[in-house]
Amino acid sequence: MFDLTLFCSLFLALSVGAAAGYLGSLMVLEKMALVGDALSHVALPGLALGITFHFNPYLGAFAFLFITAIIIWQIQRTTKISFEALVGAMFTLALALGILMYGNELEALEEALFGDISQVTLVNAGIAAIVCGIAIVLTKIIYDKLVLVMISEDLAVSKGINVAKTNLLYLFLVSVVVAIGIQIVGTLLVGFLVIVPAIAAKNLSTSMKHYALLSAIFGVIAAVLGVLLWNFMGLNLPFPGPMVVFVGIVIFALSLIINWRLKLTT
Amino acid sequence: MNPPNPILKVTNLTVKLQNQTLLNNLTFNVNKGTTLAILGPNGAGKTVLFRALLNLLPHTGTIEWLEKTKIGYVPQYVTIADTPITVYEFLTLGNKTHNIKDTLNTVKLTQPDIENKRLGVLSGGQLRRVLIAWALTNNPNVLLLDEPTTGVDMDSEEPIYMLLNDIKKKQKITILLITHNIHIVQEYTDYLLAINKHITYYGPATDIANPLIQQQIHGEPVCVESLRGKP
Repeated sequence: MFDLTLFCSLFLALSVGAAAGYLGSLMVLEKMALVGDALSHVALPGLALGITFHFNPYLGAFAFLFITAIIIWQIQRTTKISFEALVGAMFTLALALGILMYGNELEALEEALFGDISQVTLVNAGIAAIVCGIAIVLTKIIYDKLVLVMISEDLAVSKGINVAKTNLLYLFLVSVVVAIGIQIVGTLLVGFLVIVPAIAAKNLSTSMKHYALLSAIFGVIAAVLGVLLWNFMGLNLPFPGPMVVFVGIVIFALSLIINWRLKLTT
Repeated sequence: MNPPNPILKVTNLTVKLQNQTLLNNLTFNVNKGTTLAILGPNGAGKTVLFRALLNLLPHTGTIEWLEKTKIGYVPQYVTIADTPITVYEFLTLGNKTHNIKDTLNTVKLTQPDIENKRLGVLSGGQLRRVLIAWALTNNPNVLLLDEPTTGVDMDSEEPIYMLLNDIKKKQKITILLITHNIHIVQEYTDYLLAINKHITYYGPATDIANPLIQQQIHGEPVCVESLRGKP
């Protein structure tokens, strides 16, 4: 029998997996993997605001993520405090705020932390697919610029690239994808979708083109297979996040083995 | 003798960041088709000067490039070790219209399949040649090279300067390069600008052989006013 919720969840997983994998490929190269992970937790107070004031909590999550990203970006531009340290401070502040705002709503807090795909509808899966598609296209447009910034910021500026604006657009797109990804794996695990597909892809890539593509493919496999396994195994868990993480780690382990074998044979 | 034909005029250039003076009142010209060596101890402001010339830093004084000047820049350090980017992909970043084989031939990188190698597996010398190739992709008329032999073993240093000399002659490019190597200054450059936040010497590169000039570079600073009007 056709299960619409499962279909919508898989559709959402596919969109989020591809976008998180693709955008994550840059975050890992920028040595910002932990930044991506910590940034995702910043969504927690935004989700709480949405639930409290009865608007889409994922909009609240995105708003919090993006505002935090802008604050961090601005402080980092005007001070010498490292990006990682600022994200660390904002992450703990957001987590504390989020827990305070949820109060006794432990079930809602659990959903925010670990995701809830039972609420996914065809409409929001469709919107998520369109938004993720736009995020991928926009990232592809600025991909070369971001790679050049990563190789040498001076080189990028000397080519007329506006580094601050390019980074800001990238942070905006990461915030969008992370906010959407929270529905599947929650704020605690969404960082995984940004990091692990990319590091697995890096183990197997001989060019940037392959790397970005593989990272997106691994993101899709981890998210879709994770949701499917969670559904078919009938686990007594209300959220598929842990299975998504499990599949992703298997992909990463396989990539390590293949990389090790290739190095032995070359 | 050709009359002076400056492609760059720098007048009273001062760079201050967070109340620290990084460059103080630099005045010099660079003539078209010549090579200017920039010499100075660590922390003298050599890279700061390049960043100011590229308009990457706030400064006072004037920096006047000749109209329609296109600058190619080779930074001292790049972050590539962890990046799976190939030579081909790097050379097409920002400019996809040029012929990669021709660009690689210009910097004498003729090994088969080199364009498909990752930057991270290249030798120091090969990487510097790729960076020079990247700087040449937009057909610049000025090259700024920040210690172009960083990470290159001693035997491979001279061929890189010979290559730059060759490119300068064939493409009529003006070169500004930062170096610590006095032999390179003597052999491959026309003028020398020694700085230690201020100018300590500015004149023909051959003067570096003079012990008095060397003392001037490494000892007391000279009066900048007396250097004005030099090429």
